[in-house]
Amino acid sequence: MSAALTPAQDGAAVIDIRELNTRFGSNVVHDNISLTVHPGEIFALVGGSGCGKSTLLRAIIMLLQPLSGSIRVFDREVIGLNDEQALPLRRRWGVMFERGALFSSLTVTENVAMVLREHTALSASLIDELAALKIALTGLPADAGPKYPSELSGGMRKRAALARAMALDAELLFLDEPTAGLDPLSASGIDELVRSLRDALGLTIMMVTHDLDLLWRAADRVAVMGEGHILGVGTMTELSRSEHPIIREYFHGPRGRAALEQAWKRK
Amino acid sequence: MIDERIAQLVVESSAVPSTGTVDVRCSGAWTLQGIATLEQRLKGLAWPGEGDLLFDSSAVSALDTAGAWLLHRTVRALEQRGRNVRINALRPEFSTLLQLIASRSLMPEHALAAKTGMLTKIGQRAWRGLIGLSGMLSFVGESAYVLAHSLAQPQRIRWRPILYNLQAAGFEALPIVGLLSFLMGFVIAYQGADQLHRFGADIFIADLVGLSMLRELSPLLTAIIVAGRSGSAYAAQIGTMKVTEEIDALRTIGIGQAEMLVLPKMLALIIALPLLTIWADVAGVFGGMLMARSKLDVAFNVFIERLGEAVSLSSYLTGIGKAPVFAAIIAMVGCYQGFQVSGSADSVGRKTTVSVVQSIFLVIVADALFSVVFNWLDL
Repeated sequence: MSAALTPAQDGAAVIDIRELNTRFGSNVVHDNISLTVHPGEIFALVGGSGCGKSTLLRAIIMLLQPLSGSIRVFDREVIGLNDEQALPLRRRWGVMFERGALFSSLTVTENVAMVLREHTALSASLIDELAALKIALTGLPADAGPKYPSELSGGMRKRAALARAMALDAELLFLDEPTAGLDPLSASGIDELVRSLRDALGLTIMMVTHDLDLLWRAADRVAVMGEGHILGVGTMTELSRSEHPIIREYFHGPRGRAALEQAWKRK
Repeated sequence: MIDERIAQLVVESSAVPSTGTVDVRCSGAWTLQGIATLEQRLKGLAWPGEGDLLFDSSAVSALDTAGAWLLHRTVRALEQRGRNVRINALRPEFSTLLQLIASRSLMPEHALAAKTGMLTKIGQRAWRGLIGLSGMLSFVGESAYVLAHSLAQPQRIRWRPILYNLQAAGFEALPIVGLLSFLMGFVIAYQGADQLHRFGADIFIADLVGLSMLRELSPLLTAIIVAGRSGSAYAAQIGTMKVTEEIDALRTIGIGQAEMLVLPKMLALIIALPLLTIWADVAGVFGGMLMARSKLDVAFNVFIERLGEAVSLSSYLTGIGKAPVFAAIIAMVGCYQGFQVSGSADSVGRKTTVSVVQSIFLVIVADALFSVVFNWLDL
């Protein structure tokens, strides 16, 4: 079930979306969207608020039923799967929600350990150790483990949510706004964490974000969404040269420019 | 044959060879799904008594954080016993992972919660009970103060939420309150009819139904229904607002939480509950009347005539007079428990339950006190 167990054949996509249409009533959210995410890549979805990024994420992880089209994850069609059929797939990915979605009646350690208890046959002590390890991996202090989510700051809650998403050593991680609401220091900690996870574990990561710094530092490829379409897909450098007005606005607005200059300085 | 899907660890020989190094062969998938059996085996594994250990890991086909942790833990345990351990021929990407795990796992054991003893738990419970009691008292005090304050300045009272609460807690409760007290009157008449008929005292069915419903049962029944319907809703609403920090937001905007959330509910309930009680009186007596006619042949007009003689005005008013007190209890307990919610969804559920149990308990206690006092005053 690990990334290394199923070595990625070149060209085989982890996520393959074809002609996806989503509608809420008469409101068109996705209009014939096609998108491919390759193994081992950090793929980012960006776009203005309400452009359907999170909706696309929810469609991929089967929380939302699109109108038509096809979404293949690990070469398996996810649209129309029932819960039983979806389980093997769900065990291969981890999801970190925008607001954490930690179970508020469990401590942080219990939140992480619960996933392991549910899906593995390991001993209780090893599960506790693994939970503590995952918490440590996300950069949380050890004393955060016995705390309840309501006792944590927003940034710590994000990290705890990431620890839970990683609990099963999933080979595909979905991160919804991993750095939103974090201070710059924690946010750059997340950048590094995302990259080191990918490098060490060979994960594929798909994230939705507004954070231009995170995009420059971590993302291999970026898709810009707007008006229900994918306006452009490519590396940050390619996108920053794009002529499309919305993409230009996104990357060459005051914040976009600052992040761009930063990125150049680092190089 | 070696199963590639599970992790394996084989100690080559129990005797220490002349080189002084024991080979340990690791192979297979050291992953979350693969290490379960190995973990069990490692617990009882007899390591050779002395000599250096060389983990030959060339055959490890997969490694994830769980497998890396198991390997790291095993090695560390051996090193703590003073053994020299080397890991050999691990794939480069795997050893990066192992280093990452080793660097992050300084003291993860500390993350485990300390166990609390029995005595500590009893002490904590008792202390929490005391704190809760004093909190309740100060909450009642604060609400009374705000109530007095806004009665002195009636233009500051928020009428819209009061009207809304009147509708939700009062008007919308009419069907259920009416139906239940109708059935209650019906049942009382049914139970009493046989006994009264035996003594030829058929007409006293009106006394039985009238007095028991008007004085005792309809105020109590109505209060219990409203505690279950509205008291719990108050606790859940305020509790959820607390979880989502809406209460804090109200405070920062400069709106008093008692003024905005507690007062309208309490005033609305104090108005609604007596009215509901009157409605319950009517429905209960009607139920009794129906039963009296079908079982004892007491006609409606005879029943009503007798009811007027049997139930004095003071009996009727003592029944209704209890209702505002019950209303205050229900609103206070519901709101107070709502404010006691802390952080979690679980806590909302728990406090809502507590609010219903407590308010029904307190309503019945208050009813008993009323009986004693009325008996004293000879009402």
